[in-house]
Order: sequence, then structure tokens, then C-alpha cells
Amino acid sequence: MDNFVSTIQTVPLNHYLILSSIIFTIGVIGVLIRRNAIIIFMSVELMLNAVNLLLTAFSAYSGDAAGQVFVFFIMALAAAEVAVGLAIIVMVYRNTSSVDINILNRLKW
Amino acid sequence: MILFYLVSLLTITFSLLVIFTKNPIYSVLYLIATFFTFTIHYVLLNAQFLAVVNFIVYMGAIMVLFLFVLMLMNLNKETEPMKSNLIKIIAVIAGGSLLVTLVGSFKQLSTLGISTVDKPEIGLVENLGKVLFSDFLLPFEVSSILLLSAMVGAVLLAKKDKSENG
Repeated sequence: MDNFVSTIQTVPLNHYLILSSIIFTIGVIGVLIRRNAIIIFMSVELMLNAVNLLLTAFSAYSGDAAGQVFVFFIMALAAAEVAVGLAIIVMVYRNTSSVDINILNRLKW
Repeated sequence: MILFYLVSLLTITFSLLVIFTKNPIYSVLYLIATFFTFTIHYVLLNAQFLAVVNFIVYMGAIMVLFLFVLMLMNLNKETEPMKSNLIKIIAVIAGGSLLVTLVGSFKQLSTLGISTVDKPEIGLVENLGKVLFSDFLLPFEVSSILLLSAMVGAVLLAKKDKSENG
């Protein structure tokens, strides 16, 4: 246990900031370059996780437990979001036999 | 110290593989590996409660849901829709600009150079449970209503329409 604590004491908080921004950016690029709706959904999960990691790092470095409670709520929200989102994707696949988001242009005029 | 950079490298590699792999099944498997490295990050931050919750909720529940839906859909590399190379290059440039902007703004922050941990025990289950059930009791109960409504909504959406099947 003391081993872990001494480990994070030597890592600057800026490195957690940079790591989280890199992963968030990878999520953004994933949303932009793919057309499969499930992969886009997984990229959104990546972005959520980057924010979770950053909140946890801030909470651990400032000694405030509220940040980690927020991360717990975000995880509960992500579970609800994934359930509803995947149900919508299943509905789309049943109606169009595809998960290509370029088919979903009927709201465009 | 070296462990953090090693795990960070693994995290970035796996998340890049998630978005650049053609086959969606491999994407989900790489996403599971990414979430496992996130669990290691939480353990390194001494946030053990979040490490366990991340392991159970993300790697257990959410990823099984993704795999189930993918296997229901019978997708493979041949049916995978891909964007043109021009759009890919533009997207990577846009993402790179976002990253450069974020990192450039972090360079201006000088107060974030702290590297001390005041109370290393805040991430333990006992401590977080006390906070969760005293200061955050109302949001905790409201989140149960959120989960219930999400469950009802998912069942309603995924249910087959009876009028179509006769």
C-alpha cells in the first residue's frame, strides 16, 4: 500500500492531464473517422473514461473524496446510457439491416 | 513512477487500436484491454473502490452488453462501412489540433505542479462509503431512479413491435 502511494507522489499531475487529453482526443478522432454506430459508441465510452481518470487524479491529488463520488455517479450514468443506446442501435439494425450511420439521414431535408 | 508511464503507453496503444481496427469484434476486445489499463491506473492512484467498480461495471457489464449486441448483428470486416481517406486525414488533423490546444493551455497552468498526496486513504471503500451515504445520499437515491428508467426504456425500445408480427 505504501508502495502505491509513494508511486503516485512522484508522478506530476500534469502528466495525468496530458494522458487524459490524449485519450479524449483519440475518442474524438474515433467518432469522426468511423461510420459504424457501435464503434462511435465505444469512442464515446473512451471519452467518458478519460474524464473519469482525470477526475480521480484531481481528487487524489487534492485530498477531496467528492471527485471520486462524482466518478461513481458517472459510471452509473454510463451504464444507463449504454443500455438505452444499444437498444436504439438494435432497433436501427432491425429496421435497416445495417449500423451505418450514413443511412440515418431521414431527418435531413 | 516507471509503472505509470508503462501503463499509460499501453492505454494509448490499446485505445488507438480500438478506433483503427477494421473488425468490430477486435475493437471490443481492445476496448476491454483499455478498460483494464484504466483499472490499473485507479489502483495506482490508490482509488481502490473505483478500481473495483470500473472492473465490475465497465469490463463486466458494459463490455458483455457490447459483445452481445455485436454478435447479434453478424458484422464482419467485409460489411464494415469505412469513410474515405480524405475525411480520415481531415479528422486526424482536427483531433490533433484539439490535442495541441489542450496541451498548450495546460502549459500555462502553473498551480497544477503539485505532486503531493495529503490524505492517501480517501479512495478506500470505507471512506467513500461514508461520504456517499452522508453528503451524497440524495443523488445516490436519484441515480437508482435513473437506472430504473433506463431499464424500462431499453426494454421498451428493444421489444419487437407486436402489430408488425401479427
